[in-house]
Amino acid sequence: MAETIPPWADEAAPVLKLEDLAVAYKVRGGEIEAVQNVSFEIKRGETHGIVGESGCGKSTVAWAVVNFLGNNGYVKRGSIKFQGRELVGVVGEELRQLRGDQIAMVYQDPMQALNPSMRLGDQMKEVLTVHRGISQREAETHCIEMLERVYMPDAANVMKRFPHQISGGQQQRVVIAMALLNNPALLIMDEPTTALDVTVEAAVLDLIAKLRREFDTAIMYITHNLGVVARVSSRVGVMYAGEMVERATVEAIYKNPRHPYTQGLIRCVPKLGADKAGSVLYPIRGRVPPPDSRPVGCVFGPRCDYFRDRCREERPDLRQVSPGSWVRCHFAEEIDPAQWTPSEDIIPPRISAAEVPAEPILQVRDLKKYYEVQGGSLKDMVGLGEKRYVKAVENANFDIPKGRTLGIVGESGCGKSTLVKTIIGLESSTSGEAEFLGLDITGDISSRSEQLIQELQMVFQNPDSTMNPSYTVGQQIGRPMQRFGTVPKGQIRDEVIKLLQAMRLGENYYDRLPRQLSGGEKQRVGIARALASHPDLVLCDEPVSALDVSVQAAILNLLLEIQQEYGTTMIFIAHDLSVVRFFSDYVGVMYLGQMMEIGPAEAIYSPPYHPYTEALLSAVPIPDPSVEQKHIRLAGAVPSAIAPPSGCRFHTRCPRRELMPDGGKLCETDVPPWLEIGEEHRIFCHLPLETLNSFEAVVTKPGEVTQHAS
Amino acid sequence: MTVAAAAQPRPSLFQRMWRGISIVFESRVATIGLAMVLFWIIVAIISLFWTPYPENSSLFVQNLPPNATNLLGTDHLGRDILSRLMVGTQVILLKTRLPEMTVGGLFLVLAAIPALVSFIAYLLVLAKMFGASGTLWGILGIIPVVSFIWGWINARRHKLTGTMIVWTLAMVAAALLILGSPSFRETTLGRISLPGGVAIWGVFGSLTLGALLGLNAGYRGGWWDQSIMQVLDALIAFPRIVLYLVVIAALGQGDLVVILAITVTGAPGVARLARGLTLDIKTRDYIRAAETRGENKWFIMFREILPNASGPLLVDAMLRVGYAIFAIGTLGFLGIGLPPPDPDWGNMVNEARRNIFANPLAVIWPALSIATLVIGLNLFADGLNEEMTRYQK
Repeated sequence: MAETIPPWADEAAPVLKLEDLAVAYKVRGGEIEAVQNVSFEIKRGETHGIVGESGCGKSTVAWAVVNFLGNNGYVKRGSIKFQGRELVGVVGEELRQLRGDQIAMVYQDPMQALNPSMRLGDQMKEVLTVHRGISQREAETHCIEMLERVYMPDAANVMKRFPHQISGGQQQRVVIAMALLNNPALLIMDEPTTALDVTVEAAVLDLIAKLRREFDTAIMYITHNLGVVARVSSRVGVMYAGEMVERATVEAIYKNPRHPYTQGLIRCVPKLGADKAGSVLYPIRGRVPPPDSRPVGCVFGPRCDYFRDRCREERPDLRQVSPGSWVRCHFAEEIDPAQWTPSEDIIPPRISAAEVPAEPILQVRDLKKYYEVQGGSLKDMVGLGEKRYVKAVENANFDIPKGRTLGIVGESGCGKSTLVKTIIGLESSTSGEAEFLGLDITGDISSRSEQLIQELQMVFQNPDSTMNPSYTVGQQIGRPMQRFGTVPKGQIRDEVIKLLQAMRLGENYYDRLPRQLSGGEKQRVGIARALASHPDLVLCDEPVSALDVSVQAAILNLLLEIQQEYGTTMIFIAHDLSVVRFFSDYVGVMYLGQMMEIGPAEAIYSPPYHPYTEALLSAVPIPDPSVEQKHIRLAGAVPSAIAPPSGCRFHTRCPRRELMPDGGKLCETDVPPWLEIGEEHRIFCHLPLETLNSFEAVVTKPGEVTQHAS
Repeated sequence: MTVAAAAQPRPSLFQRMWRGISIVFESRVATIGLAMVLFWIIVAIISLFWTPYPENSSLFVQNLPPNATNLLGTDHLGRDILSRLMVGTQVILLKTRLPEMTVGGLFLVLAAIPALVSFIAYLLVLAKMFGASGTLWGILGIIPVVSFIWGWINARRHKLTGTMIVWTLAMVAAALLILGSPSFRETTLGRISLPGGVAIWGVFGSLTLGALLGLNAGYRGGWWDQSIMQVLDALIAFPRIVLYLVVIAALGQGDLVVILAITVTGAPGVARLARGLTLDIKTRDYIRAAETRGENKWFIMFREILPNASGPLLVDAMLRVGYAIFAIGTLGFLGIGLPPPDPDWGNMVNEARRNIFANPLAVIWPALSIATLVIGLNLFADGLNEEMTRYQK
C-alpha cells in the first residue's frame, strides 16, 4: 500500500533540491560521467524513491549529496541545495557538522556500518555527544528511547551488546535509530533492506513507513526493487544509465507508466498475483550501455521498442507531461503500454501443462545433514565434551518426477543450500537415503562414479565468481565435454558454439574472457557449462538473485526453454516466492532445515497454507499498489540451528499457534505430521485441515474471490 | 536473438602484451626501476661479447684510481675493475655453470628424474587399478616387463601416453649407458653453462617449490596445512645465512648449490603467500564448479587456482630476485659464494675490503652495483604492484 503525500507538502520549500546534477569520476585515461542531468526535489515529510538497476548511478547521487565521492569523483555541473543552502563545494568542518546533524545516511549492509569493536550503546551515544555536546547520561536515555521507538525488544540490554551479538534485522534497526537520533531533516537510505531476509525486510519497511509519519523527515529511498518502492514511497524517480528518465507519484508510475523503460521494468518483475498467466515475464532486450560509450541521442534508444530517428539524434529533456509527472521521452504521449505486444525474440516459451505422469528421477527419504560444531573448551579439544551439531537439514522427504522443476524457497539459514550441496556431492549426508536414477547418492563426490557425476550438474549464484577469470568462455564450456569424454576432441568447438547459440550468445563469445562479459552473460555461460555434459538433473542455486531485474527475466525464460528442449529436470532455489512462481511445477518451502510445505505450484500460492508460507507470502513486497496484501509479521528472529526448537521448529514464531484446539502446546512437544491435501500437496503442521482451509488468500486484487486449492 | 553489443575483434597478442606492459609506464617508480634493471641486463649481454679488457688478467698497475685507460680503476691484482664488474653480472643474471660431468653422468641426470617421476605416476595408476598388491607385483621381478608392455597397450585408454614415452626414453638412455663403450661414458664434457643466472634459477626454484607447498596447504587444509606450514615455519626460524652455510658446507661450493640454498630459504615465504591466495580463491564458485565435475585435486590446484594467483606471486618473485642477488653478494663477501674464476661482486667487495685505505673506490664500485640492481628490482616490483591495485576496490 503506497504512502500518501502529506497535505502541507506542496507549500513548504523542498528540503533537498537537485538541479541538473552531473557527477564524473576520473579514471585511467580520462574521466567518465556517471550521472548526468539529474533533477528532483524532496519535500518535508515525503519519501522519494529512486529506482534503477545496477550501474544507473543512484548511489552516486546519494554520495554526491553528502560529498562522499572518493578521491576520483567530483560534481561536474549542477547544484544541490539542502534547505536552501548550496552543498556543492562544501568541505571540512562545515561538512562534518552538516553530515551528522542534518543529513543522515543508512547503508545496505548494517554489519559494515557498525563498528564491530564498540558496544552499540557507545556508538549510539557518540552521535549525540559529538554533535550536540550533551552529557553521557542524557545521551543514554535518548538512545534507549530511540531504540524503543524502532521497536527493538529489550532496548536497555541491547545497548550493552556488540553488533555481532544481534541479528541482521536488529542491526539495521540500530543503524536507523542512530540515523534518527539527531532528528535529521534528510534521511538517505541506500538499499537498506537488500541484505535482509524477506520477513525481516517486511518488518523494517513497516518501521520506515511508521517513522516517516512520526518524524516528519524527508527520506530519499534508493533501491532496485520495484515492490519495496511501492510500499514505502510517495514519489518515485526512475534512473537509467545515469539519467533520470521518469518521475511521478507511485500510483502514476505503476498504473500509467510513461517511459518505455519503466514500462519494460514493470513487465519483467515477477508479480505475486493469484493467476499464473499474469506472471509471465518479458525481459528488456539488449544491455545497459557502459558509461564511456553511451549513445548520442536518447540513452535508452537502442533497447526501446518505439525507437525512431528523432531519438537517435536528439537527447530528450525531462519534461512535464501531466501535473506531478515528468518523462524523458520525445513520444511519451503517444505510447500506450496497453497496446504493447512482445517482439519475437522475447516471447517466453509456452508453459505446457504437465500431461504425462513421469517417473521420479530423484527420491530423497529422511535425509539429514548435520555439521559438527568444534567446541572451544578444553574438554572439547580432548574429545570428552558433548558433541554439538548444526542441524542444517532435518528429514528431507521428496520426489522429483523426470522433466519437472522443483522450486525450493526459504530464507537464509533454512538449509536449502545445504540440501542442494548434499545432493550434488559437495557434502556427504549424515543419514537418510537419496537415490538418483536408481543409484545411491548419500556419499559425496569421491564415492560417485563418473557417469553419475556427469548427470548431476549445478548453476551457481554469483555470476562474478562462477567463471574462472583466466580462461576464455569457450575453454570453460568445453572443459566438461573434455573431462567426461562426451564429445570427440575435434568436435568440441562446434558443440560449444551450438550451446552458446542456445543461450542466445553469438559465436564471437567463444574467445572472450569473463571480465569482458556482463553479469547476465556470465550467468548464461554458467548455465551453458552446466548443460555441456547433458546432465539429467540441474541444480540452480539462486541463479538470478545477483542479477538486475531486466536480466533476471531473460535468464528465467532461458531456463524454461532449456527445460522444454532438453527435458532436463531442475531444482531451483530462491529466497523469494514470486521468482519461482511462474516456472516451477512443484514448490517446497523450507524453514530451519525442515520442509514445511511442498506441492504443485498452484497449490502453494492459494490456501490452505502452512502458517510460514502465509507469512512469507504476506512479506514479499509487491510492485502493484492496487493489490491487497495481508499483513502478517513474524515475531522474534530465526532460532539457532544448533539448538532448534523442539517439536515443530516453527512453533516459537508461528502466528497461527493460538488457533490450535489446545492452545498450541502440542506444537512444542510433538513433531507435526504430514497432512496430505489433494495430489502431491503436503503440509507439515498440527493444525487440522478445516482450520487451514479457512484462511483467506494472502494476496488479492480488489474484487477477487479467494480460490481454495484442495 | 543474439544479445546486442557489437563484438569487438579480440586485440592481437602484441597489442595485449603492449597494453599489459604499458601499465608500467604509468608509474614513475616502476619506470625508473625498470630502467635500472634493463641497464644491467644490457651490460650483461654486452659483456658476453666484449669487455674493455680481459677480466682475469693482471695487465695493469695495482690499485690505480679511475683514469683514462681504466675507467673505474684497477684492483689489488692489477685487473681492470670495469671489465670485472661487467662480467660479474653474467653469473647472477645470465648463466649458471654446471659442475664438470662425464657423458654418463649427463645421461644419468637427464634420464634419472623424469624416469623416476614417470615411474611413480605409473605406479599410482597401477595402484588405482589393482590395489596395493598389484603395485607390488609391478615393482618386483619379471612383471616390470609385462607392465611395460601393458602400459603401452593401454596408454591411450588410461591416459598414460606421456608417462610411457618418458619411461621409454629413460630406458633407452639407460641402455645406451650400459651397453655403450666405457670410453664413451667417461668422456668429459667441457664446461657447460645453463642459460639464466643463479639468482634467476634460485628464485624460479623457490617459486616452484613454494607454490607447490602453498597450494597444497591452502587447498587441502586440515592436517596437510598444519604439517606443511609448521615445517616451513621451522625453516624460517633459522637465520638465512646459517641455512646457506649449512647447505654449502654439506654440498660444497658451486652454482647449483647456491641455487639450492636460495630455493630452500625462499620457499617458505612463497608458500605462505601462495597459501593465503589459495585460501581466498578456494571460496569462489568456479572452484565449486570444478569440484562438482569431480576434477582431481591437482587439476584444481594447478589449472584452476594457480593462474589466478600468479599476479601477486610474480610480483613477489621479482622482489626475491633482488634478495637473491643480495644473498649472493653476501656469500661472496664471506668467501663461500660462487667459485672462481668468474668475478663475483660480493667477492670483489671482500677482496677490496683488505685494501680499503689504499683503494677505497674498489669497494664502492661493486657495492654500488649490487645496490642499484637490487633497488631497481624493488622499485619495479613496487611500482607494478601499486599500479595493478590502484583501481581495484
